[in-house]
Amino acid sequence: MSEQRFFVYWTGFAVILALLIAAPLVLPEFWQRFLTEILIWGLLAMSSDILIGYTGMVSFGHSAFFGLGMYGAAAALLTTSPPNLWLALLYGLLLAAATAAFVAYFSTRLRDIYFAITTLIFSQIFYVIIFTSTALTGGENGVNFRRPAFAIPHLFAIRFTPSVLHWFVLAIVALSYLLLRRITQSPFGMVLQSIRENEPRTRAIGYPVERYKIVAVMLSGIFAGLSGVLYALQNQFAAPDFVFFVVSGEVVIYNVIGGIGTLVGPIVGAAFFLLLREAFSRFFTEYYLIPLGLIFIAIVIFLPRGLLGFARRWLNR
Amino acid sequence: MDIPVDQLLIQTINGIVTGMILALVASGLTLIFGIMDVVNFAHGELFMLGAYVGVLTLAATGNFWIALIVATLVIAVLGAAIYLTTLRPLIGRDPLTTILATFGMSLVLQNYALWQFGPVARKIEEPITGHFQLFYLDYPYYRLAIAGLAAAIIGVLWLFLKYGTYGIWIRATTQDRVMAQAMGIPVPWVLTAVFAIGSGMAAASGVLFGPLVGVNSQMGTSWVLRAFIVVVVGGMGSLSGSIAAAIFISLLEAYASLWVSPAQAVIVSFVVLILTLLFRPTGLFVPTPK
Amino acid sequence: MSAVAADVASKPVAPLAESELLLKVEDIHTYYGKSHILDGVSLEIGRGEVVGLLGRNGVGKSTTLKAIAGLVHPSRGEVVFEGRSVVRLPPHSLARLGIAYVPEERRIFPFLTVLENLRTGLDRHGVGKARKVALLDKVYTYFPRLAERRNQSGGTLSGGEQQMLAIARAMMLEPKIILLDEPTEGLMPRMVSQISEIVGVLRDEGVAVLLVEQNVPLTLAACRRIYFIEKGVVRHHALASELHVDHAAIHQYLGV
Repeated sequence: MSEQRFFVYWTGFAVILALLIAAPLVLPEFWQRFLTEILIWGLLAMSSDILIGYTGMVSFGHSAFFGLGMYGAAAALLTTSPPNLWLALLYGLLLAAATAAFVAYFSTRLRDIYFAITTLIFSQIFYVIIFTSTALTGGENGVNFRRPAFAIPHLFAIRFTPSVLHWFVLAIVALSYLLLRRITQSPFGMVLQSIRENEPRTRAIGYPVERYKIVAVMLSGIFAGLSGVLYALQNQFAAPDFVFFVVSGEVVIYNVIGGIGTLVGPIVGAAFFLLLREAFSRFFTEYYLIPLGLIFIAIVIFLPRGLLGFARRWLNR
Repeated sequence: MDIPVDQLLIQTINGIVTGMILALVASGLTLIFGIMDVVNFAHGELFMLGAYVGVLTLAATGNFWIALIVATLVIAVLGAAIYLTTLRPLIGRDPLTTILATFGMSLVLQNYALWQFGPVARKIEEPITGHFQLFYLDYPYYRLAIAGLAAAIIGVLWLFLKYGTYGIWIRATTQDRVMAQAMGIPVPWVLTAVFAIGSGMAAASGVLFGPLVGVNSQMGTSWVLRAFIVVVVGGMGSLSGSIAAAIFISLLEAYASLWVSPAQAVIVSFVVLILTLLFRPTGLFVPTPK
Repeated sequence: MSAVAADVASKPVAPLAESELLLKVEDIHTYYGKSHILDGVSLEIGRGEVVGLLGRNGVGKSTTLKAIAGLVHPSRGEVVFEGRSVVRLPPHSLARLGIAYVPEERRIFPFLTVLENLRTGLDRHGVGKARKVALLDKVYTYFPRLAERRNQSGGTLSGGEQQMLAIARAMMLEPKIILLDEPTEGLMPRMVSQISEIVGVLRDEGVAVLLVEQNVPLTLAACRRIYFIEKGVVRHHALASELHVDHAAIHQYLGV
């Protein structure tokens, strides 16, 4: 990156980060929680961008990774006493990774629409299994649990107040962004993008395309699971609704609105969508999806690169 | 494990009945996909809105058959409108965009229905009452009528495609859109018409299916998912494939619900889809291309 | 439109009279992404005239035909058909006006029968049943093999039969001009002479033909005038009769 770009980019990053850190100190509680939720959904959307924006694979299955991360965390928090934050993270990530591996195995050899439909079906399979295994998962009603303490054994232990949780989430999302950015700009990331640009040619050059795709799905799934764990921590419950394919659809909406292939665009997309939803539901009550859906369609038609699409090249070095 | 023959036979009939409706829904979807490569996520909502228009027309006229026809026509027009406003601008773009646009449309339509009609389910009265004895069950005549009607509608569609001039236009456009234009076929209108026909068929299915369950804003979602599975398993773009796959999958699900709950029986169709994608991705009922 | 290279032997060709003019292409430019494919192509075709377009592979011959047929949109330039500007019209309108296109790969509809393929051009508004029957009979007379196979799927025909079908299908439009893109490509020598005959039939019927070909002898024999294209521009234009003795031009633009 050129000197000037580097400076502008990192200054911008620092400023935004500072604002987000300061937020809990100035915002009323409702908006603070809202902001934290935006970050969590943003992380989920960002994980999906690895597939959509960088590898060119549209996944409607992210609700499965998200939901299983959530349930994994739930399992940890319900079965150990006292509930342990790190165990929740571990269980959630492992379960999400396993799910991603499973889905990847079946679907990565399929292209385009078939991949999208298969991932959608997988979401539904998991939804049905979770919904009907009432004994194991609480079925339709989901499960409730308590938030663990933010503790590192022998070092410190503090309660997860909304502010502390916000900073924790912010730290994780920021680190995830930096890590994913590193990955997408690495040789591995370059291969993914080459797959998106021209898969047959990438294959012809000699790259084991399927293997790269599987890794991409797993990477994407793990970060999606991470957002699921964070969601569980924030809201203290898990429910099958989050695994339903419509959630995946909404994630794809965030990606498209924000701009695919930018990593940070999906977070902006999530913010845009959630803020509009909040605004609309004050005027249209529960039918907010009508105007919101129409706006989304308009963006797809008239602004296909998304809100941040113009900055795509810039954001990717 | 001993399943009584009568239960098996009843489930066979149930499977065929549901299968015919699924076939009707899926035919519209596969027709649309075959000709314009669009995965119409909003298809389930067209089904649902068809059922609602049926409810309203039935209330106004008291005649089920008029309701069926009116619903089909109204939703066909709605389909054409949706195509012209949201899909035609996307011609030539990444196929992802049409999936998104139709997904967005499905959210809009579903919530619109919820807004206009409320959450309480409505009822469509069956036009043919009466049952006959099927073993230990009082089996409604209407269920058999649905299967017959759906088959009739599909039959008319098939004849139309095979013999009429417009049928040739549609088939030619599906096979080679560019050369169809070069032959003077007004392809933009053909595409609009096909979307309208597909939408109309979804609406007809909704009205036919209405008396079996309540009509509510959610009824489309599960159908669109099953219809996708049917279309992929049957071979995307293949009308006969979709019909065969619809009946096949419905029968399997019907049999499965002898053992597990209906909510779990849907997994059968998921499994069939996955196996198809792994081993015969062009479709179970389509000859493998050489 | 006149000769560019100074050392070519054939004389410049006089432009067509207004009343004779069927199709006029003026300075069209097309792009494929960033590639400049047609860099100012101009040509003229008279009523009932058979005109050839020769050049090496990749110079823009097919693109020129596609631009006339409306399948490629020129970013600049004009296409005038029967005195009317048609460059902005969609392909199906052009077909209705009388411009028929037979592409390089034939592209008959594989899952339609021979008859159904013909019907895509035959079933037009304003054509009565009697005329349709007459048209079909005429085509079956010219192409007896197609008559035999009328209920067979297009995809099961041989290469030569598909080429016949592609041309017959275009004739169903009762066009004023047929754009033929490399009809002899991939065909056996026996079929090449049949193509020659068909072009003759078209000329007898008064249908103009713009023939793109690699087969020089056939083109020289069938066409009255020939354009040579090189790198997206028309470089030379001569009467076929002159070119019989002017081997320099042929050698220069085709390398044969």
